[in-house]
Amino acid sequence: MAKHHIEATVNGDAVEFLCETEETLLDVLRDTLHLTGSKEGCASGDCGACSVTLDGRLVCACLVLGCEVDGQKIETIEGMAKGEALHPLQQRFLESAALQCGICTPGFLVASRALLEKSPNPTEHEVRYWLAGNLCRCTGYDKIITAVMDTAAALRKG
Amino acid sequence: MTESNGHSQTNGEHYVGTRTIRPDGHDKVTGRARFGADFNLPGQLIGRVLRSPHPHAHIVSIDTSKAEALPGVKAVVTRDDFADQPSEFVPAGEMMMNYKDVVRNVMAREKALYEGHAVAAVAATSAAVARKALKLIDVTYEVLPHVIDVVEAMRPGAPLLHDDLFTAGVEPKPEKPSNIAKRVEIKQGDVEAGFEKADIVIEREFKTAAVHQGYIEPHAALATVSEDGSTELWCTTQGHYIVRAHCARLLGLDIGKVRVTATEIGGGFGGKTVVYLEPLAIALSRKAKRPVKMVMSREEVFKSSGPTSGATVRVKLGATKDGKFVAAFAELKYQAGAFQGSPVQPGTMCAFAPYDIENVHVVGYDVVSNRPKVAAYRAPGAPISEYAVESVVDEIAKKLDIDPIDLRLQNAAHEGTKAAYGPKFGPIGLEETLNAIKKTEHWNAPLRKWQGRGVASGFWFNIGGETSVSLTVNEDGTISLMAGTPDIGGLRASLAAVAADELGVPYDKVRPIIGDTGSLGFNFLTGGSRSAFSGSMAIVEAAKQIRAELCARACKLWEAKPDQVEFSDGAVRPLGALAEKVKAMTVADFAKVAGKTGGPIGGVGRINAQGAGPSFGTHLVDLEVDPETGRVSILRYTVAQDAGRALHPAYVEGQYQGGAVQGIGWALNEEYIYGADGKLQNAGFLDYRMPVASDVPMIDAILVEVANPKHPYGVRGVGETPIVPPLGAIANAMENATGIRFTELPMSPPKVLKALKEKGLARA
Repeated sequence: MAKHHIEATVNGDAVEFLCETEETLLDVLRDTLHLTGSKEGCASGDCGACSVTLDGRLVCACLVLGCEVDGQKIETIEGMAKGEALHPLQQRFLESAALQCGICTPGFLVASRALLEKSPNPTEHEVRYWLAGNLCRCTGYDKIITAVMDTAAALRKG
Repeated sequence: MTESNGHSQTNGEHYVGTRTIRPDGHDKVTGRARFGADFNLPGQLIGRVLRSPHPHAHIVSIDTSKAEALPGVKAVVTRDDFADQPSEFVPAGEMMMNYKDVVRNVMAREKALYEGHAVAAVAATSAAVARKALKLIDVTYEVLPHVIDVVEAMRPGAPLLHDDLFTAGVEPKPEKPSNIAKRVEIKQGDVEAGFEKADIVIEREFKTAAVHQGYIEPHAALATVSEDGSTELWCTTQGHYIVRAHCARLLGLDIGKVRVTATEIGGGFGGKTVVYLEPLAIALSRKAKRPVKMVMSREEVFKSSGPTSGATVRVKLGATKDGKFVAAFAELKYQAGAFQGSPVQPGTMCAFAPYDIENVHVVGYDVVSNRPKVAAYRAPGAPISEYAVESVVDEIAKKLDIDPIDLRLQNAAHEGTKAAYGPKFGPIGLEETLNAIKKTEHWNAPLRKWQGRGVASGFWFNIGGETSVSLTVNEDGTISLMAGTPDIGGLRASLAAVAADELGVPYDKVRPIIGDTGSLGFNFLTGGSRSAFSGSMAIVEAAKQIRAELCARACKLWEAKPDQVEFSDGAVRPLGALAEKVKAMTVADFAKVAGKTGGPIGGVGRINAQGAGPSFGTHLVDLEVDPETGRVSILRYTVAQDAGRALHPAYVEGQYQGGAVQGIGWALNEEYIYGADGKLQNAGFLDYRMPVASDVPMIDAILVEVANPKHPYGVRGVGETPIVPPLGAIANAMENATGIRFTELPMSPPKVLKALKEKGLARA
């Protein structure tokens, strides 16, 4: 069967690509568009390392087919910093040592941004449950949760 | 010249001990950092592995002709592409490995020894073609009976994995082969006489399950081999020099022709100290003459890469009625997986190491069964044996009505204690961690019904080893730092801080990178909690050379004698009368005139680091048991551990917190579950349940610093000890919450609920 022709927006840029039916959005991002910031840890939606947003909705890119995203807006880790300025979450993750190996970090950042856009004043409980779909094996989550809570507080102060 | 001894006195410490931003941080929060699977080369092929569906089978024949005929398939490799290796043990992290086994583990030869054992590999123009090709490989198996459980594997008549495996360490040498690869033993004093003196003796048997390191990044390798045999390899590993050595050995290559670059590594915890895909990718590329990229699926990671041992452990501990431990015995049976080499030896040595006990006897057995070969996992072997010991220590405290921290303090190893495994301890911080825990508000906080509090201590040796680094002063005075141990959790930040302080330059003027195997001398791998310990020692050495060189150049420029200059605060300074004639020159000043004063400026540290200081830790945990479901919730957690000196406190805390949470997973949920068919039933993150953010609370970290006198900054390795105490601490808290002594890990909901029901405690 012929490949699908898809047009979408990735981090604000119009993109078009061809993909096989069985290719996931993660395959397309990493292999076709060369955006390797989204990581594959499981390919089954359990680890969250490939978290991206699709028209603002947080998804695992490994659970979305490439051919499903026609006409949609995709935001990945590569679009999170604006020019020279890191997103406040990125900056806080650095300052709080909220990463060790860093493989899960893109997924946590994308998921955390989605949380703060929805819920600017989350409780620790809410942050922990929102991020329960993102696995981190290095940090024990402590510094990640702290970084997200601190960012939320700083953003509320403006 | 007055040569300062570096750090504190002369330069002042500006960065060591502070929470600097990691130099590799921006790349890691923006998605720019390149991990194993992020590397690609023009013209690359995709490699895939055919794996045994059987836990134990003779491989009668492998017919690859149909696969090779498939358009797009460029190479197929099997056992025939790897020369057999003689039996020879070499170090792999803190464990030993045998090349005869390594070649069989990367590609099955006579037999497939576990489900997931590699049997063939293909390289093709796409993943789809490669997958199709795997289905066309015709393997004829003769299925054999299998054995999964370690106790069953030890029984006479159990299915035999290797007919040439005779138990080592027993006299006389056994006449028959068995699955018991080795018996190890440590002995101190006279345990029989010791138990005679005991007023109380507790003996218990414990079982732990095999658990996986659980790094989020699967194994990945990209290899390219040219016609003249020059080989380049990019892979995610804890030790690219070790990968180079193994691949050269397995493929008959000169070490000098193999260049390995360690990509950013997405977690390892010991599991990335051995080779799986790397030799296959090179073998395929050598055949196809094109780059070959291979990445494991998560299922392959679980089925085919190293978990750590499950085990059966019997502990017997005797104490006088006032709480003095007088005799200790333990028997450890550790799963090695399909090939010998479980961490039973360190498990044996660590078991009673936190305590000053006159009479100790520990016996360990290394047992093979039809499971994937174990790999190192953070303090290999120690969490298992120390969990059993810490459980019994707690039971003794309760029976004697002594506070569990006081009982540990009373028996704690301290400076001068002779450990049963050999050495006499120097300054160590076990008592300090116990006292630190005792002083916390946490220790006395109130608890409710179904809640319990537990405490446990832990020990790990730590190692040093061969290490090469370089420091280069660039033309503008900035510093390039190169290390050869993969940075797995903040190494570059720690080493950059040391280099900045040693040379008196700003931290952000030091750019650390991890060099490839062609760029530096040999480096042993990142493991054994050695990379920051050994790396910082080597940096001190390299910086010393630079300071001496700058002083010598100043003498030439100023026509001065060595005793008229000194290096301090980032500059060579004239002393005495000379100070009125010339001005101090900074590192950057020398950089500008390097060409005129003798050429490029730099230093190398090439050391075999000695004097690793053991690290002790004590953990405190509160938990709550749900009597309806058996689910256990961790409510509060405090870690106190001796860091010697924390080069970067935030990343040391991170080690404590991460290790604690891995331990929580080991204690409560994680396990390899096998069916009667010998197949792994939970080879995915949904069913192999590692802790997620909502499972755990904040982990309070207390940095105890009892300086290691053998290190210029007092550093001890910190990475491994944190996973040792959680198992015992949680089991002890469970006992306090329920009155039930759980002797089997994980304490998962079904097991806890069953135990509660048996005691009539479950709420229907």
